[in-house]
Amino acid sequence: MKVKSALESYLLVLPAVLIFSVFYIVPFFSVLQLGFHEWDGILPTKIFVGLDNFKEIFADKIWWQSFWQSGYITLIALTFQNVLAFLLAWACDREIRMKNFYRVLFFIPPVLSEVVVGLVWQWILNGNYGILNHWLTHFGFTNLARDWLSDPNTALTTVAVVHCWKGFGWGFLLFLAGLQTIPRELYEAARVDGANAWSSFKNVTVPLMVPVVVMVAILTILGTMQVFVLIYTMTGGGPGYHTEVPVLRILASMRGSSRFGYACAQGITFGVILCMISFVQLLVSRKAKN
Amino acid sequence: MQSTIYYKAKKTTVNLIIHLFLLTVGITCVFPLLWMISSSLKTQETIFKDMSIIPKSFHFENYYHAWIEGGFGRYFLNSIFYTVAVVIGIVIISSMAAYAFSRLRFAGRNVLFVIFMAAMMIPIQGSFVALYVLLNKLHLRNTSLGYILCMINVGLSTSIFLLKTFFDKMPKELEDAARIDGCSKIGIWWHVALPLAKPVLAVVVVLNALNVWNEFILALLIFDSRPLMPLQVALMTFQGEFVTRYPLLMAGLTIAALPIIILYLLMQKYIIKGVTQGAVVG
Amino acid sequence: MFKSKVFHSAILVVFISIILSGCASKEELCKTNITVWHWMTDREPAFKELAKRYEAKSGIKVNFDLYAPSDAYSQKVRAAAQGANLPDIFGILGEKRDFASFIKAGFILKLTPYMNEDNAKWKNSLFAKALAVNEFDEGNSYGVDSGIYGVPIDIMTIQMVYNKSLFRQLGLNPNKPPKDFTELLEIGKKISAAKLQGLVSGWGEVWMIDCFANNYAFNIMGKDKVIATIKGEVSYTDPDWIKVLSLFKDMQQSGLFASGLVTMVNKTAEQLFANEKAVFAFNGSWCVNVYKEMNPKLEYGAFLPPQASDKYPMAIWGGAGSSFVVSARSKNKEEAVKFLRWLTERDQQVYLAEATNNLPANKDSLSKIPDILAGFARAMDSATHPRVWGVSEFSPVIEAFDKGIQSIIIGEKTPEQVAAEVQRIKERELAKKR
Repeated sequence: MKVKSALESYLLVLPAVLIFSVFYIVPFFSVLQLGFHEWDGILPTKIFVGLDNFKEIFADKIWWQSFWQSGYITLIALTFQNVLAFLLAWACDREIRMKNFYRVLFFIPPVLSEVVVGLVWQWILNGNYGILNHWLTHFGFTNLARDWLSDPNTALTTVAVVHCWKGFGWGFLLFLAGLQTIPRELYEAARVDGANAWSSFKNVTVPLMVPVVVMVAILTILGTMQVFVLIYTMTGGGPGYHTEVPVLRILASMRGSSRFGYACAQGITFGVILCMISFVQLLVSRKAKN
Repeated sequence: MQSTIYYKAKKTTVNLIIHLFLLTVGITCVFPLLWMISSSLKTQETIFKDMSIIPKSFHFENYYHAWIEGGFGRYFLNSIFYTVAVVIGIVIISSMAAYAFSRLRFAGRNVLFVIFMAAMMIPIQGSFVALYVLLNKLHLRNTSLGYILCMINVGLSTSIFLLKTFFDKMPKELEDAARIDGCSKIGIWWHVALPLAKPVLAVVVVLNALNVWNEFILALLIFDSRPLMPLQVALMTFQGEFVTRYPLLMAGLTIAALPIIILYLLMQKYIIKGVTQGAVVG
Repeated sequence: MFKSKVFHSAILVVFISIILSGCASKEELCKTNITVWHWMTDREPAFKELAKRYEAKSGIKVNFDLYAPSDAYSQKVRAAAQGANLPDIFGILGEKRDFASFIKAGFILKLTPYMNEDNAKWKNSLFAKALAVNEFDEGNSYGVDSGIYGVPIDIMTIQMVYNKSLFRQLGLNPNKPPKDFTELLEIGKKISAAKLQGLVSGWGEVWMIDCFANNYAFNIMGKDKVIATIKGEVSYTDPDWIKVLSLFKDMQQSGLFASGLVTMVNKTAEQLFANEKAVFAFNGSWCVNVYKEMNPKLEYGAFLPPQASDKYPMAIWGGAGSSFVVSARSKNKEEAVKFLRWLTERDQQVYLAEATNNLPANKDSLSKIPDILAGFARAMDSATHPRVWGVSEFSPVIEAFDKGIQSIIIGEKTPEQVAAEVQRIKERELAKKR
């Protein structure tokens, strides 16, 4: 009986493990192996260089700058994007008119192609004919008007805001699914007990939403740290290195410089750091629960 | 009586503020979509000259040209096939695994789960060549099966994570009842866990469908035969090395966005438990 | 219950189709005689047409397979090389160093013998500068067996264009583009005074900055000194290099640059210039086609970047636009070479030039092209290209140089600081090589 039960458990995870081992683990080991080699991606010969690639990464200032920059974007996404998503989800969870209509609207940005997003935002943000500057000047904030994407002071934040705009739909969806599972009776009970809107939010909504918030936070970190398509189409990492992010650096090593070994080492370093961050995050959230 | 009026007035004001907030965000969301559609009806000459949302003349023929020149018919079917196959694969495989990770005790459970999670962290760009060489050895290169398996793998980790979080929250009583009735673990997964997980399954479906639908780099790498390529590859035809044919591109992008929006509309009712009393459907 | 039936049958359909599609893909390959992989989206219809003509003429079927965008194409070719699945004919994107690696790995057929047949008839029909891009000299620094390895199918040059009607608006003679750098800066001042936008270009995609800076490096210090710098014999902190970097500061201060130039992608730049929103653009000969489609009434002229020094002639990037190579492991080598020879013959080249508005690689085909395009063709005399210099700069150095120029334009760094930074990276890379 016990053997049969264990077998059944393994049978459930078997397909996932099988596909994962063949299509993820096997390529991963060849990437790992390449991380210790110097290779241009073409020649049949790969030169073993030991830890040289990793040593170079640790001294590579631009790599770390790109890392902090994606960290900055992630911070904005964690706060601004998720707060926005939560507020919208909370508003749409209430009994209001047209909520189905809104629910559809908020999911448009994730569906749109990066090409369209890039073109439209460039049109909004352009220093010369952009609508944003047009309005700013119109309302008398002329000194605020600038070239948002090529001004080193604003480029990174601007990119971050566009990224948040493109991605908040997912947070919205997950928060909404979470809010929908909270039984209405709990709110009723709180109202009967004389709780106002704020205290029922604090005492009913928040505690029940913690697991969803943690999940959305983890997904936000993973998604944002690996962001690159949008940045590539909007600024290409410029001006200078102000909007470089790790995945763009990996692609630059791989395509631009034909340094395949180095690119693989960068990917692994990046993955290891992300693992550590998520691990710490998991520990913290577990402690917070107890 | 007085308090009811006060209550109503307050409620109206709050709702008004909420609507204002929702509308502002909503407009920023819908604007690019309108821009895309309006651009798809302009010509290459007017697209950046005439910036108004309503074009001066409507060139609906752009959709016809995009469909014909991009060879959409074939690619559209391919993309639907890949998306359906990958999504079904992911839903079955990841929900089985997530259920096991969430409910069942077996040796190596935590280690396996941690490995799956770690896989989400490492950017896949570096592993393309390795993947190619592997597929070549397995004789899966230039086959739909190879592409589908790769894409299932891409979506597996995130889906397992999402589903496990949900299964962890699910009440155990129903499963206990099924177990007493003599259901096997696989039976419980199929008959009890899956139907209960509908909201999150809908999210998994939308997430992965969008992912497969928009994918083309891996497809270009794996496929040598044009007839096997997905829809996104056809869209690349309009983004030339030098000349981008914007109106056709926008028409193509609009056509390509439709199925995903329809899928989202279909899945929405599972995500939202159906509390639609008093709401006007938009 | 109904739903689960739908679900079951969907699964069944999917699996059956997987099995069926797995079988179908293999049959098609046998019919094809020559397979060509390319990335040139805009030329796909013209290629298809030429393939049809070739089949009618020789009975050999040529399959043009398009893989776009070029980044994805480049990855595909490299991956295919690892799996030994390269097609009969393909193109290599990237630097000369990458080209050399493909040759050294034995993937590419040497074409010198074919080029030299019949008193070098094939070789002499093509522009020498276009061939040079695909050629390796005796004793080259890459360690490649000398010879010609690729066939250019078109050529290109990159220079400046100016908008004639905006010139009139500024009170300038629409037929007199600036001759020297001071004149250019003067126009810059007029542009900013008139609240117009000056120069647009794809300087967000850094290679176009590199191209522009190299033009002036050739003009200020001459070819030999540039190459000596790449070899590591001259420092980037040399006054001449600082002069090159300072030009960008001068242009920025004069108001010549359009807003957002540092992060602009070339397609945006083309949009702006075509819609008369910018006075100057720095762009390749392909722009003729782009501008024509976006604004057929655009009045513009092409000119070499105005000289900053009269010591050395101005040089621009140019030469082979796109080239094809033949796989050394192909079973149809001879047929593939024959096809490429046919493709670069006069008639086919004229057809390609007319259908795609690109400059033909065949010298005899130049007569039938539009005037503005001919202007780009004439600039071939001043053309050079990193791929013909015989040495390649390290990519991290190129990156630091180009990104450094972006920093100069946004006023973050001085030319001296950038020069020192570039030299530091150069020395690091040189030390690694030793």
